[in-house]
Amino acid sequence: MSNITLKVNGSTHTLDIEPATPLLYILRNDLGLQGPRFGCGLGQCGACTVIINGAAVRSCILPASSVKGDITTLEGLSSNGRLHPLQQAWIDEQVPQCGFCQNGQIMTAKAMLDKNPHPTDAQIRESMNGTLCRCMTHYRIQAAIKRAAQGMSKARPASGKEVGA
Amino acid sequence: MTTSTRIPKEIEEVLSTHRRGFLKSAGLLVVSFATGIDALVAEAAAQNTTAAEPLGPYPDPNFRQLDSWIVIHENNTATFYVGKTDPGQGTGTSFRQLMSDELDIAFDQTTCIMGSTDITVDQGGSGGSTAMERDSWPMRRAAAEARRVLLEMASGRLGAPVDQLAASNAVITVKADPSKRVTYGELIAGKKFNVTLTGANVNVVTGVAKVKPVQELKYTGQPLQRDDIPAKVDGSLKWAVDVKLPGMVHARNVKPPFACAKLTGIDESPVRNLPGFIKVVSKGNYVAVVCEREEQAIHAARQLKTTWEKSATAPFPASEDLFEYMRAAAPTSASHPIVMGNPDTAFSGAARVIEAEYEIPFQGHTAFAGAHATADPSNGQMTVYSNDMKAYSMRTGVAAFLGMPRERVRVVYMQGPQCFGRSAAEDAACEAAWIAREIGRPVRMQWMRHEETAWDTKGPAFLVKVRGGMDAEGHLVAYDYNARSCDYNHVGYNEPDTVLIAQLMGSRRAKPAAGSSAMPSEVYAIPHRRMVGEVVSLPLVWETPLRTGNLRDPNGPQSTFAAESFIDELAAAAKSDPLEFRINMLTAATADDTGFRRARSIAVLKAAAQAYGWDPRPSPKPLGKGNILTGRGVAYSFRGQTVVAQIAEIEVNRQTGHVWAKRLVCAHDCGLVVNPESLRHTVECATLHGLSRAIHEEVQFDTEKITSVDWVSHPTLRHADIPERIDVVVVNGDPNPNRPDLPPYGAGEAALKPMLAAIANAIYDATGVRIRRAPFRDARVLAALKAARL
Repeated sequence: MSNITLKVNGSTHTLDIEPATPLLYILRNDLGLQGPRFGCGLGQCGACTVIINGAAVRSCILPASSVKGDITTLEGLSSNGRLHPLQQAWIDEQVPQCGFCQNGQIMTAKAMLDKNPHPTDAQIRESMNGTLCRCMTHYRIQAAIKRAAQGMSKARPASGKEVGA
Repeated sequence: MTTSTRIPKEIEEVLSTHRRGFLKSAGLLVVSFATGIDALVAEAAAQNTTAAEPLGPYPDPNFRQLDSWIVIHENNTATFYVGKTDPGQGTGTSFRQLMSDELDIAFDQTTCIMGSTDITVDQGGSGGSTAMERDSWPMRRAAAEARRVLLEMASGRLGAPVDQLAASNAVITVKADPSKRVTYGELIAGKKFNVTLTGANVNVVTGVAKVKPVQELKYTGQPLQRDDIPAKVDGSLKWAVDVKLPGMVHARNVKPPFACAKLTGIDESPVRNLPGFIKVVSKGNYVAVVCEREEQAIHAARQLKTTWEKSATAPFPASEDLFEYMRAAAPTSASHPIVMGNPDTAFSGAARVIEAEYEIPFQGHTAFAGAHATADPSNGQMTVYSNDMKAYSMRTGVAAFLGMPRERVRVVYMQGPQCFGRSAAEDAACEAAWIAREIGRPVRMQWMRHEETAWDTKGPAFLVKVRGGMDAEGHLVAYDYNARSCDYNHVGYNEPDTVLIAQLMGSRRAKPAAGSSAMPSEVYAIPHRRMVGEVVSLPLVWETPLRTGNLRDPNGPQSTFAAESFIDELAAAAKSDPLEFRINMLTAATADDTGFRRARSIAVLKAAAQAYGWDPRPSPKPLGKGNILTGRGVAYSFRGQTVVAQIAEIEVNRQTGHVWAKRLVCAHDCGLVVNPESLRHTVECATLHGLSRAIHEEVQFDTEKITSVDWVSHPTLRHADIPERIDVVVVNGDPNPNRPDLPPYGAGEAALKPMLAAIANAIYDATGVRIRRAPFRDARVLAALKAARL
């Protein structure tokens, strides 16, 4: 056991835990988060996805002691009570069925859009391909990503000059 | 629905007046509340989870009491209590739409609570696509009866006869003088209806009031947003996996490494000193490890040393030998043949006889997360928190398995990965409950991925032989269908003697379940038919991961793959367009069309053709040049009273064998549509589930164990597989104008049925190669193309 400090959704936590513990169990069982979930424990499905340093990461196979950087979970996407555009797009497109995988879908999509705000259909398929869904909501997931990308780019100023003006 | 910043008033009322004090019992976790109070509910639920108070004994809500179905609150809102579970098809929202309509209350002033055995009546949970078709009716009748009673109460209060009153948005007014008004809340809040309903069972229970004609339903038919979605995307939903109880510990199974293996030893020394280790629990061949923390239990289950003795005989053939085995096996049972006309004579007079044989392997439920349940043995009771869609039979099953009185057990349904039928969630519940009783603490059990994929129940493998006799004009005049399923000892829902832990502990049925095969689901006019369904058994059927259980539209995708592939083969032999060939067989006897089943089938096939832009021509199309071959295929089914026609446009990569469904059309008629948006969603996802089973899903095994153990070895549909375009065409209704009031029929499972055949038929159209073995994985398709020298 040793003390590990994690910064999650803006809050810092110091925990006395076995360093090899996968991050997922700490987020869920020590910090009470419900966004990341256990799906396979093998890094194959994406249900446990969190964002660390801008990258979508599978927390079920990530030793907590190896985490270097701020962690964002699904709960941390909204700000000031406003849903993230992706979450809103998920509601607008009525994406989930059971919803169990949607944490992974939304978090993976966020990491993708943060890097590539205007993905092509092919890029969406490629970026999302490792994030599984057994209810088969993929078609709507892809539609919601496109909707969010359009909405986010509309909300984004066209240039720095305009912001300053 | 409320701007309150504290626990909603109706919840407080329920707390103080509800006959069962359900809020304190964490049953509140299952509510599917309207958008706007989700966060409050989640907060209240979270508080109440940690303060979970062991109650009991637990009642069976009386379905003949109106108060069991509807509670109206002081603030003029209503809570509906229904005996269903909604794994994500939006049925909960649709129940609210129907009940709001019958009660005459605004939809957004209602909530719906589902699936907790002590506070909702037993409607069986989910299954069989019966939510709207069967189970919405008692809900509607209860709501209509509540409205009737409220009108009578208002009549006394307002001094006007009922026929001079109007009810709208939970307010009753005197028609002649709308200033004279009283709200539902003023009439009944804090009190009980105390109205007894009648009916032999919950499906037929009714009050005195009649339900409204469809034309008077306001919310029904509207594409309202699902009320469960916001909490699923903002992280606030508390799932069954999220249950945390004081003193709760974590358990993980140690499964036998081989099917039908005998446990010969446990060496605890590698785990005894692990941090958090509590206990190894074992009985018969069942073994599990219990630890304080989840990751500790996972680690300890991996470290525990167990030794096993293999069974003397191989429990099953290897998957590549399965169909040879099934072909040679003596059936354990056969259905009574369905015979129409004189098939033998018709075959002997046929101008041409065509035969084909189709093979569909075992396919898994493979829920998205490992099976799980949390069991709380506090106070001599047993509460199980589970995502199983059959909460009510789980209560009975867990009680019987533990030998506890049923009234001391309750099951609280919470959201989880979709089950698709008899999933391993039921096994996990008995395991959690048994361990919880053994150690006297709340236990959270979860299966790991390899357990879930290998040991969940399977949809049975099918071998289907079909023979068709055609006359000189290419009409199908004789039909012989023989389906053989590998389904002996089929595991039912929440059976205390067949649940996996019971089997591992030595439980054996004297007479295993016979299992079932399946007939084609169509209403073609074929003058002479013979159809039979047989069941065969694997060599060993107990303590095996190759155990069969209901998988979404049990047996339907298998039998429809064979039947609708074969119709396409006949159409090709007749050099007819496959869609017209089907329509002709449906048209042939529309004069004898009881219930307009053929007329509705034709309408749905035509709707699919129109949406797709189908140009009539025989299959296959002339072979294309280049690497990518394109084709289209159609398949159809008639399930219960629901009609589905699906068209797939595909690309086949000649070099790799890869099949991509570029475009899918699903035309669907399930009668009355309660929520078109939810329906489209359900149909779309079921269609894609069919696609997944068509191109990916197959359980593989050697002669002693399952080798499909994760998402690589039992693949599922991925984002790259998704079509560019999916059209769901809601045909909604009978083409006969004299039947405006079609009731709702089952929606979801029907849409799973034809897709395997639609893809197979499209592959044939593109390549001229008929593949009679599902799924159409790259290697299989490539081998078939090479065999045909393509």
